[in-house]
Amino acid sequence: MGVILSLEHISFTYHSEKGEIRALDDISFSVSQGEFVAIIGPSGCGKSTLLSLISGLHPVERGNIIFHGNTEKQTSTNIGYMLQKDHLFEWRTIYRNVILGPEINKSLTKEKEAEIEDMLKTYGLLEFKNKKPSELSGGMRQRAALIRTLAMEPDLLLLDEPFSALDYQTRISVADDIGTIIKKEGKTAILVTHDLSEAISLADRVIVLTKRPATVKKIIPIELSIENRTPFSSRTAPEFKEYFNLLWKELSAHEYV
Amino acid sequence: MSTSKVSAEQISYLKEVKRKKQFVLGMQLAILLFFLGLWELAADLNWIDDFVFSSPSRIVKTCIDLSVSGELLKHTGITLYETILSFLITTGGSIFIAMLLWISPTVSKILEPYLVMLNSLPKSALAPLLIVWLGTGARTIIVAGISVAIFGGIINLYTTFRGTDREKEKLIYTLGGKKYQVLFKVVLPAGIPAIISNMKVNVGLSLVGVIIGEFLAARAGLGYLIIYGSQVYKLDWVMMSIILLCIMAVVFYQFIGVVERRYQ
Repeated sequence: MGVILSLEHISFTYHSEKGEIRALDDISFSVSQGEFVAIIGPSGCGKSTLLSLISGLHPVERGNIIFHGNTEKQTSTNIGYMLQKDHLFEWRTIYRNVILGPEINKSLTKEKEAEIEDMLKTYGLLEFKNKKPSELSGGMRQRAALIRTLAMEPDLLLLDEPFSALDYQTRISVADDIGTIIKKEGKTAILVTHDLSEAISLADRVIVLTKRPATVKKIIPIELSIENRTPFSSRTAPEFKEYFNLLWKELSAHEYV
Repeated sequence: MSTSKVSAEQISYLKEVKRKKQFVLGMQLAILLFFLGLWELAADLNWIDDFVFSSPSRIVKTCIDLSVSGELLKHTGITLYETILSFLITTGGSIFIAMLLWISPTVSKILEPYLVMLNSLPKSALAPLLIVWLGTGARTIIVAGISVAIFGGIINLYTTFRGTDREKEKLIYTLGGKKYQVLFKVVLPAGIPAIISNMKVNVGLSLVGVIIGEFLAARAGLGYLIIYGSQVYKLDWVMMSIILLCIMAVVFYQFIGVVERRYQ
């Protein structure tokens, strides 16, 4: 499996009239094709900034972000970004919400429409196609938001705490849902979260960041001894607790220094 | 939910809702009839001098007389035309300029003190200037109507547009959109409730501007009729014009209500 993305010595500083805030300091790591990587760190440590840099929403100040081994920006790599809230537009139906990406890129063909219909059907939203977002449950809304992202056929998915707005129970089942969909579609994904068990249950590898300015503290591969691993079944794996304690130690060891 | 089987409780609930609605409408009509009746009675029994206070029957008679001579249609038509035009230009103009300001925060920062100044300026102070520049006619009055409402409209809409959820704007960028797509796909649709409430304000203010304009610089229109009527002591004309303005305001408001329901 090839490397889809590598970050080399990324640093980033926010500038304002009151002064500058160092958000990221010399961050390097890479992500392979089909891999699910979770990034955890104390809140406000610059995790979202990292995703904004990868997606190209912020220009890179120092360091390199390399896609498919070439520095040219996002030429061949299409990036999908899932935000903390679903941000479905209340003035559009679910269908008109999920076609937003192709509509913006003016790539909404008949085939694309059929493809999106298929996805809606597979993920149980077809009958809600003409409903307004407020008529859907939190989990369904998050699924619609994922379909909106997948409609762009991204090679790389960036998930910025996409479950944090949901209540605990919905959160576990939606994480299971979304994680399974991403695996099934064979997508590469980077998940930013502050929820340790969410990171362990979803990821192949967990990257631990320090508090601001964030540096990479540790990279921990998650290997669970269960078959047909799903995000939910991962939580029952015998190693789950060990990983949890390990991550907990890594995070808190830093917090009290 | 099936509609074929409605429980008895639901039926009685719906009846109750309907009864309340009818009660409200009935009371509204009763207040109107009571007020008109009292006015008429007071005039007939000489509690008030109907030469000064007029009366519903005198107003109806004036209405008929002026309709026959075609004057009523002319004056009402002109006021209506001036109000609608200044309303449309105010609404369209404030949306358009607020959009331009949203596109360039630098330009809006530069213009901010001027907008605030123009908004606070008493627009009636401009009227003599407008008369000198544009003459006494519909053009002056339409400009007066626009000047009353447009600056406040621009400031309000710009503030609303600026206040659009940043994360929703970010979503458009993550889907590969450009700034103009943020404007048309998020900022404007999210701003529709604000645009409609701005329209409600504009209707009232345009009418104010037009009537003030007609007071000062017109040879026709309901505002002219009010001023002229008071000068020659034809207070029936004044009262009739005020009643017609009331009706006009209600009709405009209802019209915007229709627009509002369409976009909800």
